[in-house]
Amino acid sequence: MTLDTQTYAVTRADLVAYAEASGDHNPIHQDEDVARSVGLPGVIAHGMYTMALAARAVATWFPGAEVVSLGCKFTSPVVVPAEGAVDVVVAGEVKSSEDGLTTVALTVTSAGQKVLGMPKAVVRADG
Amino acid sequence: MPVDASLVGRVFPPTAPLTVSEERVRAFAAATGSSYDGGPAPATFPIVLAFDAMNAFLEAEAIDLFRIVHGEQRFAYERPVVPGDVLTATLTVASLRQIAGNDIIGTTSEVTDADGTLVCATSATLVHRGAAA
Repeated sequence: MTLDTQTYAVTRADLVAYAEASGDHNPIHQDEDVARSVGLPGVIAHGMYTMALAARAVATWFPGAEVVSLGCKFTSPVVVPAEGAVDVVVAGEVKSSEDGLTTVALTVTSAGQKVLGMPKAVVRADG
Repeated sequence: MPVDASLVGRVFPPTAPLTVSEERVRAFAAATGSSYDGGPAPATFPIVLAFDAMNAFLEAEAIDLFRIVHGEQRFAYERPVVPGDVLTATLTVASLRQIAGNDIIGTTSEVTDADGTLVCATSATLVHRGAAA
């Protein structure tokens, strides 16, 4: 079963808010010069920001469901422009549903490229 | 400078307890565009604890945060985090290898509540980017 694809716009201001809320003040998520100094293409979103968006999609698809596990690799950075926003697109497919546990395979892309490696969530869905 | 290989297996001290407030959960949810109207915290909330534990580890080993890029993250939940929880995280260095001048550091962090009961087991792969040649 294919789930409704969710699209989220990410701005630099979002990264500032996320840094405050999460405690992750790594300057590669704020400062172009620092990001480039370690070989990144520019300011990138926290991997955990992108993962949080994946979790947000799961919560939208399965309202109130308990998340049992969640995991991914961070394979490509989400580069966030100084002005405007970049879209993160979260698609999902139910792979299996047994013993009350539903396994969802996610596909998370930005600028046409997959940014998370094998993101997967297992939820305890009602009924 | 490569990270010290003798770190593998080392367990770092637990982080200072964090009392999870509704306000904190709401701010975390809002930062990723979600609304919060009570109940469990967003699934990735335990990263607040795991990140705190990682920071203490980096500080202890004099590793610069700006050289760290997240490679992988996994969460296995025993139960959701809810406001009122008092949580700490204990980080263990699970593995260490070098690839192309970068250190690949595998860590696990156990997030436990005030009773010492496991709430969430997390694992993270941290890529420590070496200085440019």
